[in-house]
Amino acid sequence: MFQILNLPILIADQGLESSTDEVANQLTEALTWNQFSNLGYLVAAVLFILGIKGLTHPRTAVRGNLLGAIGMLIAVLVTLVGGQVSWPLAIAGIAVGTAAGTWFANTVQMTQMPQLVALFNGFGGIASVLVAGAEVLRNAPTTGNVAIAGLAAGLAGLIGSVTFTGSLVAAGKLQELPQFRKPFSFPGHQVINAVMVAVTLLMCLEMMDGTGWEYFVLTTIALVLGVFLVTPIGGADMPVVIALLNSYSGLAASAAGFVINNNVLIVAGALVGASGIILTNIMCKAMNRSLINVLFAKFEPSADGPSDDEVYAGKIKSTSPEEVAMLLDGVQRVIVVPGYGLAVAQAQHIVRELATLLEAEGVTVEYAIHPVAGRMPGHMNVLLAEADVPYDQLKEMDEINPTFSQCDVAIVIGANDVVNPVANTDPSSPIAGMPILNVGEARTVIMVKRSLSPGFAGIPNPLFAADNCLMLFGDGKQAMMNLVAALKEQ
Amino acid sequence: MDIITGLTIFVLAVFVGVEVITKVPPTLHTPLMSGSNAISGITLVGALLAGEGFIGGLLGFLAIVFATTNVIGGFLVTHRMLAMFKKKK
Repeated sequence: MFQILNLPILIADQGLESSTDEVANQLTEALTWNQFSNLGYLVAAVLFILGIKGLTHPRTAVRGNLLGAIGMLIAVLVTLVGGQVSWPLAIAGIAVGTAAGTWFANTVQMTQMPQLVALFNGFGGIASVLVAGAEVLRNAPTTGNVAIAGLAAGLAGLIGSVTFTGSLVAAGKLQELPQFRKPFSFPGHQVINAVMVAVTLLMCLEMMDGTGWEYFVLTTIALVLGVFLVTPIGGADMPVVIALLNSYSGLAASAAGFVINNNVLIVAGALVGASGIILTNIMCKAMNRSLINVLFAKFEPSADGPSDDEVYAGKIKSTSPEEVAMLLDGVQRVIVVPGYGLAVAQAQHIVRELATLLEAEGVTVEYAIHPVAGRMPGHMNVLLAEADVPYDQLKEMDEINPTFSQCDVAIVIGANDVVNPVANTDPSSPIAGMPILNVGEARTVIMVKRSLSPGFAGIPNPLFAADNCLMLFGDGKQAMMNLVAALKEQ
Repeated sequence: MDIITGLTIFVLAVFVGVEVITKVPPTLHTPLMSGSNAISGITLVGALLAGEGFIGGLLGFLAIVFATTNVIGGFLVTHRMLAMFKKKK
C-alpha cells in the first residue's frame, strides 16, 4: 500500500524526459499483477457506468455505447495479459463468438430486435452457467471461502440456466415459431415449478459443503424450469419476460463474479440486474399488472362486460382515405398513435411519408408512444427512428396526454387496448386502471383497423362508437398508402 | 476478497445502476436493454480464466463463444440502433 501511495511522486521525480517504459516499470514494481488487473477491472466498471449514463440522452447515446465497449475491451485485455489464459482456446472462442455476434447484429431486422435481445440474454446466462461449471470442476477453488464459492456457483447455475432456456422459449414465441405459438400449460404446472425452484435452491445450499456433483443436477433441473416458467406466458406479455430475463442474465453474471472472486463481474452484473428490474417494473405498470400476475396468471377477459353489439350497434362511422385527406386539409396539429399492428404491417415508413406531406403544409405532427406499444420496452421508438422520424417528435404518454384536446386529428394505427377509455371509466373492466392515451379528447379520431375485433384484452372499445371517431377499415400499410395517395391528389 | 466486501460492491453497484438507469428516457429503452445485455457478457472475463483439464477446457471454450457472441453482437446492434436515432435533420 505504501508503495502505491508513493507512485505519483516517483513518476513526478522522473521529470518530463522520463520514457513511458520507465513509468511502466515503476508501475509494475509498485503493483502486483493481481492489483494491476483489478485496477483494469475498476476502469472497466467505471466505463460501464459512464456508458449507461450516456444512454440518458439520444445525443450522447452512441458515445455511451462506445464507452461500454471500450470498458469491455479493457477488461478482456487485462484478463488476457494478466491471467492464466489458455491462448488457443481463447483465440478460437473469441473468433467464433465475434463472427456469430457480428452476423446476428448485422442481419437482424428492427422488428426482430426483441427476439435478438432475448437470445443474447440466453447466451449471457449459459456463459455464466459454463463458467461456474468449469470452476466447480476445478479441484482447488480459487476463493478462500469454499462455502461462499459453492453457494455462488449454485446460484449462477440456477439463474443462468433458467435465463438460457427461458430466453430461448421467449425468443421462439417472439419469432412466432409454430411450436411456441400457443401458451402451453398442464395441470399442476405451477406446483411442479414450485417444487423445482425449492429443490434447486436446496441444492444451492447443499453446495456450500464444497462438493460439486449437485451443480450438474441442479443446472439440469433449472434448464427444464426455464422452459416451464415461460411456456405458459402469452406472446403479448413477452416485453415483461425479456426485461426480467435481462435482469437474470445480469444476476447470473454477478453470481459468477462471486465464484471466481472478480469485482468487474459483480459490478457489471449488478448494473444489468438493476436495469432489467427497472424495465420490468415499467412494463408491468404500463400493462396495469403485477409481475406475479404476468408470471403466474392468465389474462382473463371478463365475461360480464358489455358485448360488441351493445357498444357498437348503429354508432360506427366508416370513412374513406379521400374523406380523411379532406379532413387533414387545413389542420394545425396531428398526433399519430402507433401500435404494434403498425410494426407488423411494416407501415412505419409510409406513416413517415404521410407526416412529411403534412409537415410540408405547415402541420405539426407528433407521435404518441404508449410504453407497451412495441414488443419490448422502447421498441416502437426504434422502429420509428428506423423510418427517420426525429426522436423529438416521439412523445411519451404522460407528456402528450394533456395535449390531445388541442389536437385536430389523432390517427391511431394498429393500437386498441392502449386507447380504450374503459380503462378510466369502468372499474370492473379487465383493463381498469391501465394508463391509456386519451385520444378521445382529440377533435377527430381516425382509427385505422382491419375490423372491429377486440385487442388483447378481448373487450369492445367504446371509442370506436364515439361521435368524433371515424373508422378507416383496412390493412394498416395499405390504408396509409391510400391516404398518402389521396393527399397527393388534393 | 471476503464475502462482505463482495456484497458491499454488489449492493452499491445496484444503487448506482438504479440511479443512472431511471434517468434513461423510454425512447432509448430498447438500446438500453441491448447495451446492458452486452455488458452482462462480462462473464467473458470469467470464461477466459475458466477451464482446467479436458471437460473444464471445453466448458470454458463454449463459455467464451457464448459470451463473445453476447458482447460483440450486443454492442454492435446497439450501435446500429443508436445511429438511427442520431441521423436527425
